[in-house]
Amino acid sequence: MAQSGQGYKGSDDYIASKPLMEIVNVAIALGKPLVIKGEPGTGKTLLAHSIAEALEKKLMIWNVKSTTKAKDGLYVYDTVQRLNDARFKDKDITDIRQYIKLGKLGQAFKAEEKLVLLIDEIDKADVEFPNDLLNELDEMSFHIPELDEEVVAQQRPIVIITSNSEKELPDAFLRRCIFHYIEFPDQDMMERIVKVHYPDMEAKLVKEAIKRFYWIREVDGLRKKPSTSELLDWIKALALGGINVDKISSEIPFLGTLLKNELDTGRFVRLSHAQSGGGVFKRRY
Amino acid sequence: MFTDFFYVLRKKGVPVTVTEWVSFMEALCGGYFQSSLNHLYYIGRAFLVKSEAYYDMFDLAFQEYFGGIQTANVELDKVMEWLENPLNRLPKLSPEEMAEFQKKLEEFRKEHDMEELMRQFRERLKEQKERHDGGGKWIGTGGTSPFGAYGYHPGGIRVGGESWMQSAAKVAEERRFKNYRNDLILDVRQTKMALKKLRELKREGAQEELDIPETIDKTAKEGGEIELVFSRSRENSVRLILLMDTGGSMLPYSELCERLFSAATQSEHFKEFKYYFFHNVIYQEVYEDIGNYKKVPTEKLFSQFHKGYKVVLVGDARMAYSELFDVNGCIDYFSTNDRPAIEWLLRIKEHFPHSVWLNPTHRNFWGHYTVDAIGKVFPMYELTLDGLKDAIKSLTGRPKPAAMVA
Repeated sequence: MAQSGQGYKGSDDYIASKPLMEIVNVAIALGKPLVIKGEPGTGKTLLAHSIAEALEKKLMIWNVKSTTKAKDGLYVYDTVQRLNDARFKDKDITDIRQYIKLGKLGQAFKAEEKLVLLIDEIDKADVEFPNDLLNELDEMSFHIPELDEEVVAQQRPIVIITSNSEKELPDAFLRRCIFHYIEFPDQDMMERIVKVHYPDMEAKLVKEAIKRFYWIREVDGLRKKPSTSELLDWIKALALGGINVDKISSEIPFLGTLLKNELDTGRFVRLSHAQSGGGVFKRRY
Repeated sequence: MFTDFFYVLRKKGVPVTVTEWVSFMEALCGGYFQSSLNHLYYIGRAFLVKSEAYYDMFDLAFQEYFGGIQTANVELDKVMEWLENPLNRLPKLSPEEMAEFQKKLEEFRKEHDMEELMRQFRERLKEQKERHDGGGKWIGTGGTSPFGAYGYHPGGIRVGGESWMQSAAKVAEERRFKNYRNDLILDVRQTKMALKKLRELKREGAQEELDIPETIDKTAKEGGEIELVFSRSRENSVRLILLMDTGGSMLPYSELCERLFSAATQSEHFKEFKYYFFHNVIYQEVYEDIGNYKKVPTEKLFSQFHKGYKVVLVGDARMAYSELFDVNGCIDYFSTNDRPAIEWLLRIKEHFPHSVWLNPTHRNFWGHYTVDAIGKVFPMYELTLDGLKDAIKSLTGRPKPAAMVA
């Protein structure tokens, strides 16, 4: 679905809510980074993929880890390599340029065409990480002192930043961004999402499965609530297993695809046992 | 434009800054989005609110500010006329979509008696009006746009089926984000996040960072023969002791304390994490288990753990006067104590300068002599996310000495 002219409208395999679409478009128009927060499985990362696909732009992904430093995204100056090369006469080490490698952010700035840059799970890194990127994201440029060179974005990339709220992001950073919190989809929305992934799936099965899914999510005290990706796996398993629709409501086949924690499974089995008066519920994997 | 709204937001506690307001105004005046209440709500929120914790306050402010706007009442005749021939009024649809819609409409007409539906619809609209007059400001809003009007279509044919149909203000009124507020009771994940703030970075672990000054030094000493020196990277080195009250008056808060406890145990970023339990207040012994069977002398805390440990005590701090201040004041029949509890608390504070008391009861109920006395020894905070944050700030900051009591 190419709609570069009219802005982002969701793509074939991703359903964005209307407010989110509008927000994406405003963020693109103003060239501001968009911070997306939400429960796991609400499609934060997929949003960037979808934007790239819909607008026919290249996607660059910067996966942030706990050890990632802000500077890694700009450039890395491989001093050790240069030092090592200095010992042998076969290489010309006066050209520093060959030891400077641009990081993801640097590459995105240097790119000729506008692209989508996904900074994934920014909250995994150190608390100071976002602050170190303030100016770079604001001005979309940075300086390499070793070369005395300025890297300026040719085309401001569309920056999408996802956060799992493991850490709170610094205020100064957030002030420069646009923020959206993706709520967990409701049942109607979920039906549409499932439909996008499995267009040929039997409607009754999907409906019943979703109903059970939300019921399981309601169970108190689960350590890890099942999310969209687990639901999709589960529905696939149900379809492949040729499970009768009525069975979904009386027992829950392939519970292992939904609940991945032994304690959760135990708790859930106990609860359903109590609710169904015992006996009816069978545990199957 | 709407400058008052900025102040309403601030009054409601949304920490919106001028920078954010200016960029919002820029977007608004630049015409980057349609001017409707819906857009104003969602896009305004994206610009001005940077945490779901404040979504609820934003909703309240939005309601207060834009709630007063009287949207023109839906004129019944106009709507009816429009409903007769809705296709002309629909927003741009592709021919396929149009055909699809037409088909649906036909099916719908076949299945339902249109007359009956219209009658119901009129009735409903009347009700709507009454409610509008009655002060439910928001009900009328949906009717002003052809989009929203569809929401009233008795058959519920929804164009596109997006939640956009729901008027923004109604979303605001629903206050769906109430649970994300910070000042409410915390859950495990939030607690974990708050506890993470405790971390202290120190150089530990494997040597993997190049130590440049050392490398230059060594290389120079070796006469130019390159010698690489690596040093350890930084790691968290926080040590935490959690002391929890298991007394009867704490029963209503057991779940809350459980959450704090599980968050603390699940957090893997402490260098060391110890926990002990006590009953109402601490005497010469603390316990390793909730049932208070495995005794550990309190003295052992002092001998085993150095003063760098951070101590968090959790309890309602509410007990009989004698329990805190008297020799043998312990409530347990079989226990005696030759030193009053307050002395033990003062010793704890003395030995562990970085210590706080978390109280699961609301601040308003703290007016009690034992709570006051303990509050003078340890800085006391509510066991809410905000309270926890303040507590952690005080744990990581410079410790204050206990105020003299008794």
